[in-house]
Amino acid sequence: MTYFASTGTRGAAAKTDLLKTAMPWIVAAIVLMILPQVFGQSSSITIMNQMWITVVFALAYNMLLGQGGMLSFGHAVYMGLGGFFVMHLMNYIEIYDLPVPLPVLPIFGGLAGMFFAALIGLFQTRSAGTSFAMITLGVGELIAACSVIITAFFGGEEGISGDRTMGLPFFGVEFLHQDEVYYLIAFWMFISVLGMYLFSRTPLGRMANAVRDNPERAEFLGYSARWVRYGSFVASGFFCGIAGALFAVNYEILTEENLNLVTSGTILLVAFLGGVGFFAGPIVGAVLFTLLQTVMSLHTEIWALYLGALFVAVVMFFPQGLTGLIAMHAGPFKLRTMHKLAVPYCKTILPAIISILAVMFMMEVMFHVREATAGDDMMSVMGTEFSSHSPIAWILGTAVAVGGFMIARRNAPALRQSWHEANTPGGGK
Amino acid sequence: MELFAVNIIDGLVTGLLLFMLSSGLTLIFSMMGVLNFAHASFYMIGAYFGYTIALYVGFWPALIIAPLMVGLFGAFVERYGLRRVHQYGHVPELIFTFGLAILIEEIVQFIWGKNQMPFSTPEVLDFAAFSIAAFDIQAYKIFMIFISIAIFGGLLLVLTRTRVGLIIQAALSHPRTVEALGHNVPLVFMGVFGVGAGLAGVAGVIAGPVLGTFPGMAVVLGSIVFVTIVIGGLGSLWGALVASLLIGWVTTFAATYNLEMASLLTAIGLSPPDDMSESLLRDAWTLSLPQVGPILPYLLMVLVLVFRPYGLFGKRGT
Repeated sequence: MTYFASTGTRGAAAKTDLLKTAMPWIVAAIVLMILPQVFGQSSSITIMNQMWITVVFALAYNMLLGQGGMLSFGHAVYMGLGGFFVMHLMNYIEIYDLPVPLPVLPIFGGLAGMFFAALIGLFQTRSAGTSFAMITLGVGELIAACSVIITAFFGGEEGISGDRTMGLPFFGVEFLHQDEVYYLIAFWMFISVLGMYLFSRTPLGRMANAVRDNPERAEFLGYSARWVRYGSFVASGFFCGIAGALFAVNYEILTEENLNLVTSGTILLVAFLGGVGFFAGPIVGAVLFTLLQTVMSLHTEIWALYLGALFVAVVMFFPQGLTGLIAMHAGPFKLRTMHKLAVPYCKTILPAIISILAVMFMMEVMFHVREATAGDDMMSVMGTEFSSHSPIAWILGTAVAVGGFMIARRNAPALRQSWHEANTPGGGK
Repeated sequence: MELFAVNIIDGLVTGLLLFMLSSGLTLIFSMMGVLNFAHASFYMIGAYFGYTIALYVGFWPALIIAPLMVGLFGAFVERYGLRRVHQYGHVPELIFTFGLAILIEEIVQFIWGKNQMPFSTPEVLDFAAFSIAAFDIQAYKIFMIFISIAIFGGLLLVLTRTRVGLIIQAALSHPRTVEALGHNVPLVFMGVFGVGAGLAGVAGVIAGPVLGTFPGMAVVLGSIVFVTIVIGGLGSLWGALVASLLIGWVTTFAATYNLEMASLLTAIGLSPPDDMSESLLRDAWTLSLPQVGPILPYLLMVLVLVFRPYGLFGKRGT
């Protein structure tokens, strides 16, 4: 009896465990389906499409950087090649009337990305660290430079374009509208994220972590560090290719820009912003980055400067990224000491934010003074109109910036003290 | 033959310019194990500083002041940025310098705008030094060659003949021992980083008038510099020199000799496709050497990596 009872409870436990693991995925799927109903405007659907493509790319990138410890500066190549391949496929479908529905195309993009990753990875994954980074940079630049020369495949300067609606209708859907494309992208994003998560649980995914942390030890266990890296590299290439295919479907144009260092660097920024140490980090990074980029580029011309500064600040002060910052609070949360942090946080972080906003304000004013045509002194920030040449704005901005910084600096030791207390069981007394 | 001689000189100018950047980069790498992505940005800052200072006090003082300022800035970056990130490991350091390169480019655009600056060669040197057949060789080019050689002579002298150079060389291979002997190794690192940045600054000031002073100049040269030190072997000064000159000459010669792929293909007995616009191989027929020129360094790098993964002069395991 006891035997049966115990297996019974064990079975039930396994079932609840499974449910617990599956729960976030089910919730995510439902949220993905509801989102276009909540944010129905075509502009928000465009943003979400871009977001999900970035999510796939950033996660695929993090399979190398976060999971495998390989810093790549040429990863746009695999996304771009997958995209170019799918674009050609789309054009062939149009010309020869092939009975291929659009939603299956990303798999071909993935295979193309995987093929090139398998080829280039052969000599690229020989080492990790700095030399790997250099080699990826060189190969990336080589292929980006080639794309301008090989016009038959890459279309030269103007790139290649296609028409996603010319394929076989998929259950009557022709993908004329953005929201139809949204569901295609969301579906593939979900599948890819799930796939990448499952990959990180496979023996190969686990060994990738081991090789990242200590390649020598992994070799002594009988694994070839090089081939483990190669495995991650090829798998990452596959998902990058899917991201590229989604890009091709969404934007219907691919150019040299999809292959070059700027795109590769951006995805590094995205992954790092979210945090490379956690699986969900790049997802957070991609969502945040896309929102920041869209909102900021609407309001200011120097948004790239702010993003660059944010990136450098994150690397210097929070190398764990945003998810790492959240994870840092797991300790105080479990100890139920979060309330101790609330007041010191307000005292330090609020002035710091105000100071940063003031610095941004000053930058805007300076930018206006330099860029605006002579005589056009009026500028507006947040709906308030004022003259960018007036000394009041300059003095006020500088005063707030310096004042906020001083207050934040004065209160920082207190914050450190309460942080220490909040992380010590029993109040640290 | 005349064209050949002109190309030799032009390639030498490009190669020595590259060497000014790659030597600093490779020195910093062998010392700290950090590949400084922002190195080409220091070169760009050098050009912009040079331009701005030259507006007020003329080109010659700018040639001295701008590199000094860039060097100080580099030392500042090492002291307050890189040293802080160092505790997290090499990959975050690399990412930091990458972020810095982006940030510097944005700041340069913020201060000086997106357009090219009218930075021109000083009038004293604005004449043809001599001419080979019909080709005039500008005096400025000769000046560039001499100044780079002079700087390297000086650097080599400091590194091999002085006490400071001795400490630097020792700190390269045995930082712990040097520290135990009472030398301030972090200070040495900061100094080397500053000097490397300053060298890049010199390169910026003298190249700015010729290659153009614009926000994209760091990106244009940046990846080539990396390719150079990978080909030469990471951390090898001689490798950097050989690879710089090699790339300088390869790109210069490729740009002037108009060899066409089509003539090569006909020579081996192939005939061009009838309909050029439809054929998938059309690019193979329309390619010419000047077109391929810019990608030759990258191609060279891939070949070197496949056949000699540690670079031409690199040691195993660096």
